[in-house]
Amino acid sequence: MEVSSAEAALSVSASSIRITDVTQDGDVLTFAIASQKLNSSAGVCVFRIYEDFDWLQQSLFSQENLPGLQGIIFPPLPSKALPSQSNTQTKALKQLGFLALGQDWQSYCKALEFYLQQVAAHPTLCKCKALDSFLINSESPGKQRGRKGIFNRLSQAVEEMRKESHKDVDNFFQNERNKNTNLAALSKVATEKLLDVVMTEQKLALACGHFATSLHLCVNQDDAAAVAFSKVCLKLSDVIEAVNRNFEKVASNDLSTLGLGLDLESRYQEAEKEMLFRRTCKLIELETVKKGTEKAKASKREVIERFHSSRVNVLKNFLIGWCELQLNTAKEFAELYSQHLEACRNMYSE
Amino acid sequence: QSPEAARLSAEDISPSSNGPRDDDPDDPDDLFAEATEEVSLDSPERQPILSDGPSPAITPVTISPRVDVFDRSPDLVKHRLSSCDGMNAYMVYKVMTKTSLSIFSRDEVCVKRRFSDFLGLHSKLASKYMHMGYIVPPAPEKSIVGMTKVKVGKEDLSSVEFVEKRRSALERYLLRTVKHPALLKDPDVLQFLESSELPRAVSTQALSGAGILRMVNKAADAVNKMTIKMNESDAWFEEKQQQFENLDVQLRKLHASVESLVYHRKELSVNTASFAKSAAMLGNSEDHTALSRALSQLAEVEEKIDQLHQDQSYADFYLISELLGDYVRLITAVKGVFDQRMKAWAKWQDAQVMLQRKREAEAKLQYASKPDKLQQATDEIREWEGKVQQGERDFEQISKNIRREVGRFEKDRVKDFRVVIMKYLESLVHTQQQLIKYWEAFLPEAKAIA
Repeated sequence: MEVSSAEAALSVSASSIRITDVTQDGDVLTFAIASQKLNSSAGVCVFRIYEDFDWLQQSLFSQENLPGLQGIIFPPLPSKALPSQSNTQTKALKQLGFLALGQDWQSYCKALEFYLQQVAAHPTLCKCKALDSFLINSESPGKQRGRKGIFNRLSQAVEEMRKESHKDVDNFFQNERNKNTNLAALSKVATEKLLDVVMTEQKLALACGHFATSLHLCVNQDDAAAVAFSKVCLKLSDVIEAVNRNFEKVASNDLSTLGLGLDLESRYQEAEKEMLFRRTCKLIELETVKKGTEKAKASKREVIERFHSSRVNVLKNFLIGWCELQLNTAKEFAELYSQHLEACRNMYSE
Repeated sequence: QSPEAARLSAEDISPSSNGPRDDDPDDPDDLFAEATEEVSLDSPERQPILSDGPSPAITPVTISPRVDVFDRSPDLVKHRLSSCDGMNAYMVYKVMTKTSLSIFSRDEVCVKRRFSDFLGLHSKLASKYMHMGYIVPPAPEKSIVGMTKVKVGKEDLSSVEFVEKRRSALERYLLRTVKHPALLKDPDVLQFLESSELPRAVSTQALSGAGILRMVNKAADAVNKMTIKMNESDAWFEEKQQQFENLDVQLRKLHASVESLVYHRKELSVNTASFAKSAAMLGNSEDHTALSRALSQLAEVEEKIDQLHQDQSYADFYLISELLGDYVRLITAVKGVFDQRMKAWAKWQDAQVMLQRKREAEAKLQYASKPDKLQQATDEIREWEGKVQQGERDFEQISKNIRREVGRFEKDRVKDFRVVIMKYLESLVHTQQQLIKYWEAFLPEAKAIA
């Protein structure tokens, strides 16, 4: 409907996009999205549900007359969250991985926020009118649903088997495909392993909590000896409670940085895979028609290179964030445990 | 459940000497009899590895026995296991004692003992002292499975881990035994710590038939406790018994809690190692040099953290879990002495009943003009009067002993738990300081990407 002019750019700043709140009403999560207008100090806030995000993604896929659309590595949209009670944590974990953890959908919101920022920062995609309308229209895009773009996933799955082994004419791209296949698999595994670690950290926190509570129940004031023993039990309870909080913090750090980072990396590898697959399909198509493969080359090398430098940068930031958080946590608890130890030494030296 | 002492002495009554081969099979209940190795006295001596504990230099300690495994060489173990006749193999422990007490002939002594020697020592002490109301520290468990039978998970119990658990338990057992002022002076204890050869106990009176019977009866008594309705004149005993019942329940709960902690921490170690591997593989496949390097460093950090988890897991177990386990077992011994007091009371009461009967019998004989029988009856009365007096004395004595023992137990309990908390905190502080080092080393690597 709209004519995409060279002028049509996003009216808000990409880096200012935030998901500031999420509310749950039965099965439906509603996200509050805030952003800062360019050229003005005004802020915008809109409310969206998952279907709106999906609409945005489909709109991006189905932009017409956009050169090089097929060669774009689209920022991956996280799967839909199903918050209903009947959905157990195991199911949620299978579906969303890391994004299912964390309190009050924190990680999930962060991932959605990241998605919006990536789309807004993409030189081509940021010009899509759908994005602008998504971010600033108080009314949700709503009515236009169900329009699938060129990427119908069902047919893709069937075709994939046939086209997987079709080699690329360009060595650069063939290498990229091989590397991508490898990295996609490895980052998926690494994400799953880290998820296991975080789950165990949380279990440990819980076990500490139970232990601390049991210790608290050992208090009795029958006589002087019992009182002295009770004090010792309470002290140990405090220490174990501290260990509990320690694990919670460590798990939360893992979750909010490295976990999120690896999850994103994993989904980005999938997005690249999809792009390379589209390229392969195109190649097959062109070869069938016996047209030159010149068009297939296009300027996609830059896309790949940009993808990698962006990916590396994202991972770098997550790694730094993770390390800094864990370092602070370690310092905090070293201090706390030392204080407890000092207190014990003073109390018990008689 | 039957008290510790009865179970032990019923099965293992002859601590054998540490000769090269034993004809009688080792403890039938010793699950690892086949996994242990045979060591002869000719084996080369290794450096005794002192375990963690208060070093004599810091704590003024008059006696500190240490237990170590006699031969830790892994090659030797493999060799011996393959060449020895499995049924007769056994593990030898080295007991090294430093002491300043004059009752010992030297201030440093080292002997070799088998697990059954420790059990033998315990059954001797139990038969000598429990009926007097002394709380005799129970010998270590034979079974390797925890008290709450928590599944240890995917990790298989290697004999190295088992040997270390047992070694630590034996050491704690000795430390508790020598802490008891009466037991320390016992000739069997001295002999155990000092003699290079322990004699076979077959002929010693300490392990008399009566002694064994007493222990075996205890098991039956525990079940028949209901039939001894004691007229408790002293409220203290009733209160204390109730307190120990409560404490037993609480400690068992705590023990179960901490076993869960130990289990999950081991799981964390396994998962961390697995993640480290996957991160390393990711690093190897990564083209970008600095990122690849950072990912490899990440893998290394995670491996180090895995080691920290394992170390902390040992602390969880050896400091807290085993302490709680030891105290649950100790309370069994405490309950045992309370039972002994009830038995002493019952014996006294029985003697009184018997005396009454003898008096009645004598009264009847007064009118029967059988001078011989009358004389015998009078003699018997005197005999039973003596027994009644003895019974009363014994009962008062055991009551007095128990009061003192319980006081000592309660003080030691507070001390033990305090020591453990401090050691545990030290381990926690150490772990965090190591983590700080690792993270500080990794940060520049992360910052150096791109």
